[in-house]
Amino acid sequence: MGIRYLTPEFEVVRNDARCIRCQACARQCANEVHRYDADLDMMLSDEMQCVNCQRCVSLCPTNALKIVHSDCRLRENANWDNAHIREVYKQADSGGMLLSSMGNPEPYPVYWDRLLINASQVTNPSIDPLREPMETRVFLGKKPSRIRRGENGELDTTLTPQLELSMPVMFSAMSYGSISYNAHESLARAATELGLYYNTGEGGLHEDFYQYGPHTIVQVASGRFGVHEGYLQAGAAIEIKIGQGAKPGIGGHLPGIKVGADISRTRMIPEGSDAISPAPHHDIYSIEDLRQLVCSLKEATAYTKPVIVKVAAVHNIAAIASGIARSGADIIAIDGFHGGTGAAPTRIRDSVGIPIELALAAVDQRLRDEGIRNNVSLVVGGSIRSSADVVKAVALGADACYVATAALLALGCHLCRTCQTGKCNWGIATQRPELVKRLNPDVGSRRLVNLMTAWNHEIKEILGGMGINSIEALRGNRLMLRGIGLNGKELEILGVSHAGE
Amino acid sequence: MKHYVIIGGSIAGMNCIEGIRSVDPDGPITLISAEPDSNYCRPLISYYLEGKTDRERMRYRAPDFFAANGCEVRSGVRAEKLLPDKKQVQLSDGGVVDYDALCVATGSSPFVPRFEGLETVDETKRFFFTQLTDALSLEQAVDSTTRVLVIGAGFIGLKCAEGLTGRVAEITVCDLADRAMSSILDADSAPILERRLRANGLNLLLGDSAVRFDGCTALMKSGKTLEFDILVLAIGTRPNTALLAEAGAAVGRGVQINDRMETSLPDVWAAGDCVESVDVTTGEAGLLAILPNASLQGRCAGVNMAGGEAVFDKGIRMNSIGFYGMHIMTAGNYFTGEDGGAAYADITETRCKKLFTRDGYLTGFILVDDISHAGIYTALIRERTPLEQIDFDAVKKQPSLLPFGKTYCAQKLGGVV
Amino acid sequence: MKRVYVNEKWCLGCHLCEYNCAFANSGERDMVKALKGRTIYPRVHIEEDDQISYAVSCRHCTDPLCVKGCIAGALSVKDGTVCIDHNKCVGCFTCILLCPYGAVSPGPDGLALKCELCLENACGAPACAAGCPNQAIVYEER
Repeated sequence: MGIRYLTPEFEVVRNDARCIRCQACARQCANEVHRYDADLDMMLSDEMQCVNCQRCVSLCPTNALKIVHSDCRLRENANWDNAHIREVYKQADSGGMLLSSMGNPEPYPVYWDRLLINASQVTNPSIDPLREPMETRVFLGKKPSRIRRGENGELDTTLTPQLELSMPVMFSAMSYGSISYNAHESLARAATELGLYYNTGEGGLHEDFYQYGPHTIVQVASGRFGVHEGYLQAGAAIEIKIGQGAKPGIGGHLPGIKVGADISRTRMIPEGSDAISPAPHHDIYSIEDLRQLVCSLKEATAYTKPVIVKVAAVHNIAAIASGIARSGADIIAIDGFHGGTGAAPTRIRDSVGIPIELALAAVDQRLRDEGIRNNVSLVVGGSIRSSADVVKAVALGADACYVATAALLALGCHLCRTCQTGKCNWGIATQRPELVKRLNPDVGSRRLVNLMTAWNHEIKEILGGMGINSIEALRGNRLMLRGIGLNGKELEILGVSHAGE
Repeated sequence: MKHYVIIGGSIAGMNCIEGIRSVDPDGPITLISAEPDSNYCRPLISYYLEGKTDRERMRYRAPDFFAANGCEVRSGVRAEKLLPDKKQVQLSDGGVVDYDALCVATGSSPFVPRFEGLETVDETKRFFFTQLTDALSLEQAVDSTTRVLVIGAGFIGLKCAEGLTGRVAEITVCDLADRAMSSILDADSAPILERRLRANGLNLLLGDSAVRFDGCTALMKSGKTLEFDILVLAIGTRPNTALLAEAGAAVGRGVQINDRMETSLPDVWAAGDCVESVDVTTGEAGLLAILPNASLQGRCAGVNMAGGEAVFDKGIRMNSIGFYGMHIMTAGNYFTGEDGGAAYADITETRCKKLFTRDGYLTGFILVDDISHAGIYTALIRERTPLEQIDFDAVKKQPSLLPFGKTYCAQKLGGVV
Repeated sequence: MKRVYVNEKWCLGCHLCEYNCAFANSGERDMVKALKGRTIYPRVHIEEDDQISYAVSCRHCTDPLCVKGCIAGALSVKDGTVCIDHNKCVGCFTCILLCPYGAVSPGPDGLALKCELCLENACGAPACAAGCPNQAIVYEER
């Protein structure tokens, strides 16, 4: 075994006075941390395997367990911190790229937390959403920039296809493959019940889920997995995925081991083969190329479905968005660098991309400046954590938000960030049947519905506080925001005044 | 309104009342019972002696069961004669009862072979052990110095011996058979029980029995003599069929009935230990005189008497019995190789599991101290489940629902059964 | 009537139902006090192999064989629930011999144990269903 450079990151603390040896921990840990020793009549722990997913803690019926960070640390060094040294050890061991999952966990600024929302006092009274109507419905798609009339002067009310959302939130793309069948079913059922949309990601649409098509956004990504005419027809909208916030500029890789019969059929690739999504779309090298794909997809679906183009928030996002808004796309989705992933190279996830708040402000401003804001709706994702984040995003100019991490949390995810191992103890980021069954979609979809219902209540409450009775009236209304602790440049990009101004 | 008459107030009789009432809430019921208070379970009398139950707790149904079911009880009275043409029953007290529907549930009586000199054993020292009165008088007759001789190492004899353990000085149980519980245990399983019985102080004489009595001395077949203070005769029981036989009903070893519990006489049903019924493992009629069958038959008869539809067609022999903490469960028939049967055996010093199969069906089992989930085996026999439909190799080792497959489990555990 | 239903599809094999059952019927208010260091005698048990697992407890049959076979009149049906009167039970285990689901088991005192839907204990509703982490056991009308 040689020298063990890596020591356990976590410690399993078992209160033996409370442990009743039910072994639920041992039975539930796919990492095989816990085991019962009959000779000793004791539960033993192999802490090296622990990823701190808290499954055991959550299931322990007597609260006998906690998982803590091991305090066995290397000598303090403000420059060479523990994490960097461990990663060097890992790479010196393996010779490979470091892999991580979920969103960028590094301590970059979270601008949502530096933005404060306004409320009405005296002069324009606030509205009580329990007593007065409050509209959180939004429609995504191109909006006419002027009133049009027919030959006889009658009003032309035709619109290009729109997506109707009961509240300004959608579940963002997570492929069947990166997450489990039951996670997908939970999302699909919740979206249907809520009057929202979930997104297939680039994994295709499982045959069982066509029934949720009216609440499904079908994605077309660089690998074109699972894309066929029926698939395009099935969805309510089509999303062209160019980039993802967690790993801008690179493709994806679903290892062959996860490509079982079901996934192979859904993705239309041979069973057991690696599903490699190329970094770029090999047919898109310009906005004109993008336009061709947008138009092809519209042609294929008889112009009945809006087309979304999803990009990662990167340095020139405003210019990129401006291009997309001219490509014929109906909706632009921008994914910030806090956005999650089932697997990404650690260095990419933690170092590439920009915060969604800045990207959104820049894009919204640019499109307004160019007079093409109405060409597209803007959907932003990449760590929308609460209803307050949604409200701030709308005030910064978003039409709606994409949430995925929050949805996974509702399904039980504990953000242990080891999706790439495929051993998700919560039945979400795994294809192992015995783990997948841990997520009962009856439970999962109800929790998702609960979460969104709660957010919608809160959104209404916040809107009412501002004296606004429709979410549409808040969009881009940056006067409703103030920055706190931000420097002049940040305030300038965000387009908000400082608190107190 | 129909007038129902039931002869015999034990398990079959009481279940018959419940069966009638499940269909006809009103028709008057008359119960004729030789016993003064029949609302108790006869198999409990040994537990009574052991102190595990008492007269109050022994009640089979609530104390007001008969009244609550609109049932007139003529207790302490025997049915002397059945007049099927007149639809009448003549009683030992001279009374006559008319019936529209009659259920004969007369049970069984102890069987006594001829013993030379049995009459020399004082009547106060000679006991049967089948009803509560037996247990009550036996209880009075013994003390810590009493030496008890039990003839018969079957259910009744051994349960009686267990019940008396600790109350008396010495208990000897003898049986002509070469093993204990010879009617349900085989040569593999009986020794495990015998060890347990002896370990608990029973003097067990097998292959030997009394041939002659001279007062309180028994001369044994082996030539030994045995002194005793109390004699319990537990050789076996015989169905009480005389009433029906005399009335002209078809009677074999027991009263012959069909699967609706109808006898060959019109409007006369029969149930319980007095009947013979079809054993599903053989397809042949025989005595299946055990409590669960009595209860099922009684209810079936009651339902049919009241005009409902019920059948009892899953009769098998089965027993669950414990001695000194050892549990024995047996069921069905043990076909040997000669009969075309095969056995699976897993036997240790203290446990035994034997499963008997024939023609692709489970036909019987013997379980000693390995009884968990045994009902799954019983169901395989009763339901005549073709073993090819399940993973029998897995069931052999551990009875569970797993080997029945997902569909079965989903049906049984996810639905109303 | 409401019954306990089991869906093997969602059973995790965590066995918590067994512990919740034993706790619910312990009469104790603290699970540690009730179960620590003890052999448990749950009225529900998990059957499992490497493919499948599910909980088995009394089905409260509409025509229960155990009740028919009980030699002590200890088993009865009350409002659809198959109940056992431990005061009357003598531990002959004829019910175990008869239950086609293996849902009756010997208890610590030598008497038969079976699910009574927690209607008589402090839970008031089946603890196995309430505590099941994945709704593999539900208590509902069907």
